[in-house]
Amino acid sequence: MTERTLRGKAAIAGIGETTYYKHGQSPDAEFKLALKAVLAACADAGIDPREVDGFATYGNDRSEATRLAAALGIHELRFSNMHWGGGGGGVAAAVANAAAAVHSGMANCVIAFRSLAQGQFARYGKGAQAPMAMGEDAFLWPYGLMSPAQRFAMKITRFLTENGIRHEALRSIALASYHHAQSNPRAVMQGRPLDEAKYDASRWIIEPFHRLFDCCQENDGAAAVLVVPADRAKDLPHPPVYLLGAAQGGHHRSAAPVHNAPHYASAHFPTVARNLYEMAKCGPGDIDVLQAYENFTGGVLLGLVEHGLVKPEEANEFLVKENLLAPTGRMPLNTSGGNLAECYMHGLELVNEAVRQLRRTAINQVPDPEIAMVIGGPMVTPVSSLILGTEGTL
Amino acid sequence: MSTTNHALPPGLPAPSTEEPLSAPYWKAAREGRLLVQKCGGCGGHQWGPEWICHRCHSFDLDWAEVKPRGRIYSWETPHHPVHPALNGHGPYTIVLVELPEADNIRMIGNLVGAPGAEPRIEAEVEAVFEPNDEASPPYTLVQWRLVG
Repeated sequence: MTERTLRGKAAIAGIGETTYYKHGQSPDAEFKLALKAVLAACADAGIDPREVDGFATYGNDRSEATRLAAALGIHELRFSNMHWGGGGGGVAAAVANAAAAVHSGMANCVIAFRSLAQGQFARYGKGAQAPMAMGEDAFLWPYGLMSPAQRFAMKITRFLTENGIRHEALRSIALASYHHAQSNPRAVMQGRPLDEAKYDASRWIIEPFHRLFDCCQENDGAAAVLVVPADRAKDLPHPPVYLLGAAQGGHHRSAAPVHNAPHYASAHFPTVARNLYEMAKCGPGDIDVLQAYENFTGGVLLGLVEHGLVKPEEANEFLVKENLLAPTGRMPLNTSGGNLAECYMHGLELVNEAVRQLRRTAINQVPDPEIAMVIGGPMVTPVSSLILGTEGTL
Repeated sequence: MSTTNHALPPGLPAPSTEEPLSAPYWKAAREGRLLVQKCGGCGGHQWGPEWICHRCHSFDLDWAEVKPRGRIYSWETPHHPVHPALNGHGPYTIVLVELPEADNIRMIGNLVGAPGAEPRIEAEVEAVFEPNDEASPPYTLVQWRLVG
């Protein structure tokens, strides 16, 4: 029987993004941002945008595939795909869905993208303003449990308490992102460095493990990647970055209502990470550079643990800033500044950075990486993650 | 009823208490009783409410009164106000309470009781029924306080 896999079957041929803006500061409408990112990814790949025949996105992106197809005058639309789930849980899945489409023959040239100018619509981090809580929310909102941070914080309380992990481990994750952003002209936090004292003095969002700098901000912008069949990628301007593995979903009843997941103190990657490595035919020790979605630093830690990159009992010792910095750290993390400090583009900026690292054109370049991992938004459902590799890894 | 007896200030979204899937829970809470789903097929408890038993796939889900006692599985103390009703209110504690006598199902509530009561994982708690009689329709929230 032929092996069923996406390993080496599709490649990211182009990446693009708009200028990244602070919340509410984009001069462009959200849909215009999406168009600019798509055009940038096509230009990077040297492909006529009219050749795009599919769009894959996630997080209920408002820039609909059909409107993009009409606005860009693409010849025909063959694949349109919205991945379930809010936030950035689907970022790696959107890339994987694009890859599955081109490998299966459903499409030839698919954009995976995210566009966000949330301020033009509503605000994240605020609870719902509805007078009545319906369904599962009836058991949450009246108790003041409304925001994403609040939905996830008790997973972090439980995991860190059970494992004796100190808040300083989370601080290192934030410091790494801000450190990398300082040399990145795309980063919204360039020129706004973070140190231990500033972090420690920042206000509580939620005790016991969420200070201000543990939490993502909100930004405006758009980012996109262009996914093509592996064979085609060889003839394009940049060295192809191949998809080695991709997985999405969640473990048994991870979305059980009212916080009833049997394995609760989780970022929801236990089965996803297993499936990811199985497809990629590699393990945590093979990852040269890592991009891990920061909605909240606690979720990053859980994601690292569940992908086998950090042992809980070693987290305090291992998660120190020096270990997380490019180029010399033992596990360079979020090398462009990530969600916290480059741009909260729901993780699509992390995919672009993984591609830059493997092309060896990143600003904070890790020496000669062959394999990069992108961990999508943790603690939501479904989650997703991705392993990319150079031609040498095939 | 004075709002000073309530864990949180008025103005937060009220629970929808008349949805078919959850109405028996809210009706019992008005009477100071804690009802949860119990499967007529396998006898397992389930929370939050769903149309099917996740264990045996029976649609014969009934309601059973359970002892309003549990232990803290996890907790959080939000400071940042996520709703206008919480502006200026200050931090409050949310607890995730596990009910050992009902297959360890978990419920969300606020930790109420003595000011400065410190939440701790595994701490024993008991339910406090918090009526909102002035609401239309009225409803009762199930809060939790430390035992002993």
